[in-house]
Amino acid sequence: MSSAFSAAKIIQPLNFAATIRSIDRPLFDSLKSIPTTPFLGSIHKLRHPSDPNSCSQHRRSGSIVAGVSDVVQEKKHKSASPDSNLLITKQEGLELYEDLILGRSFEDMCAQMYYRGKMFGFVHLYNGQEAVSTGFIKLLRNEDCVVSTYRDHVHALSKGVPARAVMSELFGKTTGCCRGQGGSMHMFSKEHNLLGGFAFIGEGIPVAIGAAFTVKYKREVLNESCDQVTVAFFGDGTCNNGQFFECLNMASLWKLPIVFVVENNLWAIGMSHLRATSVPEIWKKGPAFGMPGVHVDGMDVLKVREVAKEAIARARRGEGPTLVECETYRFRGHSLADPDELRDPAEKGHYAARDPITALKKYLRENNLANEAELKAIEKQIDDIVEDAVEFADQSPFPTRQQLLENVFADPKGFGIGPDGRYRCEDPKFTEGTAAV
Amino acid sequence: MSDSSFSYHSLRRRPNLRSSITGQVSESARGMSRILLQRVARGGAAASSFRHLQNVTRAYSSAAKEMTVRDALNSALDEEMAADPRVFLMGEEVGEYQGAYKISKGLLEKYGPERVIDTPITEAGFAGIGVGAAYKGLRPIVEFMTFNFAMQAIDQVINSAGKSNYMSAGQLPVSIVFRGPNGAAAGVGAQHSQCYAAWYSSCPGLKVLSPYSSEDARGLLKAAIRDPDPVVFLEHELVYGDSFPVSAEALDPNFCLPIGKAKIEQQGKDVTITAFSRMVGYALKAAEVLAKEGISAEVINLLSIRPLDRATINESVRKTNRLVTVEEGFPQHGVGAEICASVVEESFEYLDAPVERIANADVPMPYATNLERMAVPQVEDIVRAAKRACYRSVPMAATA
Repeated sequence: MSSAFSAAKIIQPLNFAATIRSIDRPLFDSLKSIPTTPFLGSIHKLRHPSDPNSCSQHRRSGSIVAGVSDVVQEKKHKSASPDSNLLITKQEGLELYEDLILGRSFEDMCAQMYYRGKMFGFVHLYNGQEAVSTGFIKLLRNEDCVVSTYRDHVHALSKGVPARAVMSELFGKTTGCCRGQGGSMHMFSKEHNLLGGFAFIGEGIPVAIGAAFTVKYKREVLNESCDQVTVAFFGDGTCNNGQFFECLNMASLWKLPIVFVVENNLWAIGMSHLRATSVPEIWKKGPAFGMPGVHVDGMDVLKVREVAKEAIARARRGEGPTLVECETYRFRGHSLADPDELRDPAEKGHYAARDPITALKKYLRENNLANEAELKAIEKQIDDIVEDAVEFADQSPFPTRQQLLENVFADPKGFGIGPDGRYRCEDPKFTEGTAAV
Repeated sequence: MSDSSFSYHSLRRRPNLRSSITGQVSESARGMSRILLQRVARGGAAASSFRHLQNVTRAYSSAAKEMTVRDALNSALDEEMAADPRVFLMGEEVGEYQGAYKISKGLLEKYGPERVIDTPITEAGFAGIGVGAAYKGLRPIVEFMTFNFAMQAIDQVINSAGKSNYMSAGQLPVSIVFRGPNGAAAGVGAQHSQCYAAWYSSCPGLKVLSPYSSEDARGLLKAAIRDPDPVVFLEHELVYGDSFPVSAEALDPNFCLPIGKAKIEQQGKDVTITAFSRMVGYALKAAEVLAKEGISAEVINLLSIRPLDRATINESVRKTNRLVTVEEGFPQHGVGAEICASVVEESFEYLDAPVERIANADVPMPYATNLERMAVPQVEDIVRAAKRACYRSVPMAATA
C-alpha cells in the first residue's frame, strides 16, 4: 500500500494527457484576449480538457488523474462485477451526501444573511469545494485535528461543530462556538479538535505541525499511546509562502502524522495561480521534501475520499506526511465583498458542470445506492437544520459588556496591578466591565 | 552629540516654588507608601516580601552564593523540565551546540533529543509548532537566537499565540514561552541590536518579562514557564555573563516571581529612575554617581513590561516627584513613552519637573565602537537627565 505513495513513483506522472494543468498547453480557448508580457508569461486560466464529454468519465470512480493512488486504479482493474466496484456503501453515501448538502446550504444561507446585514466583515464562502472537506474530514475521528484558513465554515461543520454554533458565531452572538469573539475567520472548537480558523495564509500550517508534533511527543516522551492525525487545509496561494515550505521540511524531517491538503481553486483573490507560480503543479513540491505528492480531482468526493484514506492511514501508521493537491473551484468570489470580475465565465461554467453534489447524486442514483425520495428527505432535513440555525442565531443575545475583557489571558492577573495596588482582575468593576480599561 | 535623550523640556524650565508644599506631601505620601509597600509585600508571594527586605538590607545580607545570569536561566530551564514532562525546549542550536549563548547547556544530554529540539532555520515554522503544541496541552519553550530573528515569526507570536485564547473564547489557551536575547550586543550592527520590548508589550494577550539579575532571571523564567499564557521573555546577551548574589530562597526549585510586579532596587527620595534589563545596572551606577552629588535616586527594575506595574511606578513618582525612564529601545513609542504617559495621566499634580526619557538614539545601531557608544544610553546620560529633572544642570543649547 505504501508503494502507492513512494516518492519516486509520483515524480513520473502516469498519464499527462488527461492532466488538467499545463502552462505549455492551452487547453481551452479563452474568450478574452489576454496580453502576454515577457515577465508574466502567458496567462492561462485553463486547466480543463477541451472535450466536455470527458467530464462524465471523471465522475465515475474510474480514472483518477495523473500521479494518484495506483492502488485505486488497481482496484478498478481487478474488480470483476460492477457491484464490487463501488467505493462506498449506502450508509456512507448518504452520510457524504448529507455533509455536502449541509456545506452548500449553510454557505448559501450565509450569503443571504450577509446581504441582509446580519453577518458582517469578511465572509469567505466555500461553495464548490465541499468535496474536499467532506472527503477528508468525514474519515477522521473526533480526536484527530483539523486546521484551516479563513474559509473555514464548512470545515467546522464537517468536523462536527453544530450549525447553530457556527451561525451564531457568524452573527457575532454570545452563543457562537467562540462566543462571538472569533468570527467568520476564526472558528475554534476544542471539543471537536478544530484548531482554527486563521486569517493569515500559511499561519495555520505551522500550528497544524505543532499538533502533529504533540502526538509524536506524547508517544515518545509521555509514553501515551496516541495515533491522532492532523489535517491542514490551505489554498494555492499559500503554496508560494515561506511558511509552507518550512513546514513541508519539518514535517518530513520529523515524520509527523499530518496530511497537507491543498485546496487549489486556481485563484488567490484575483491572482491566478498560473500567474503567480513558477511551477504550478503543487503536488510536485512534495517529493522535493521527501514526501509523496498526490494530485486528485477535488470536485469528486469519492476520489478525494480514496486518496484521503491512503494519506490518513499513512500518517496514522507513522510513515509521515503526505501532500495532497485537490483540484477544486470556488463558485463564488473570494469573499462576499469580491466582485469576482477577473474569472472567465467559461471557466466558471465548466466547473459548475462538475458540481460535487450533482456528481455524487448521480453516482448514488446510478448505482442504486439511494432513490430520489431519500435524497430529497436529506435535503429537506438539512434545510430545516440551517433554518433552525438562523433562527437560533437571531434570537441569541449579543455578548455582554464584561465579555470584552474576558479570555484575553488564561490567567487574568495578566491585566496587571491597578492603582489601588491589587490585581485589576480582582476588582469587581473590572470584571463587570464598568471600570475604565 | 552624546546626549541620547530628548531635551524639549529645557525650553520650559519652571522655578521650583513648591518645595515646601512638596515636602509636606512627600512626607505623608512616604508614610502611606511605606504602609502600602508592606501591605503589598505581605499580600504578595513570600518571595516578594523577602526580596523587599533583601533590597533594603542589601548591604548587610550575607547571601553566600553568586550565580551568573546564564547559570540562573539554565537552572530554571533544567528544574522546570524536570518537574513537568510536558515542558520542552525548541530552537536553533539549543541541543548539540549547547545553546547559541550556552543557556541550554547540558539539557540535551539530560533530557534527550525529543525534549531539546534543534530546529532548522525556520522561525515562523517552529514558533507555530510551539503554538500548535500548546493548543494540544504541551508547554513549549521556543528560543529565538535573538529577538531580531523573531521578527520572522512575529505573526505566530502575536496573532497565533497572543490572540488565540481570545479568539477561541478561552477554549485554547497557549501556555508558551518565547525567550532569547533582546537589545544591543557589542558591535553587532543594526540588524542584530534592536530592542523589541515596546513592540511586544503593545499587544494584548501577551505577557512580556525582562529580568536583570540572576534571581530575576530564575524567578521570572520559572513563572513564565508555569504561566498559562504566552510569555515573551526578553533576556540580554551582555548580562548573561554577569554574576549576582542569589539568596538560598531563590535557589529553591519552586521559587517564582510574580508577574506584573516591579522591584524597587534602591530606595530614594529625589528622583525615580525606571529601567529594565541591562539598563538597571546602568541606572544603579547612575544612582551612585548622583548620590555623591546629593541626589537620592530611587531605581525601579520593571521586571514586567506587560503588564506594567503602574502602581509601583506612580507611587514612587508621588514620593519623589520626578521621573526618568531608561530603555535601550528606540525612543518613539517606546516603553518609556508609555511610562511617561501613565505618570502624567495618573500623577500629574505630583510632578515637579517634566518627565524625562532616555532611550537609544533614533538611528539604526551603528557599527563603529564610538558611534555605538553614543547611540546606546550610558551612565552619563542617565545622570544628566536626572540632574535636569532636579534642576541642577545648565539647559542644553540645542535639542536632539
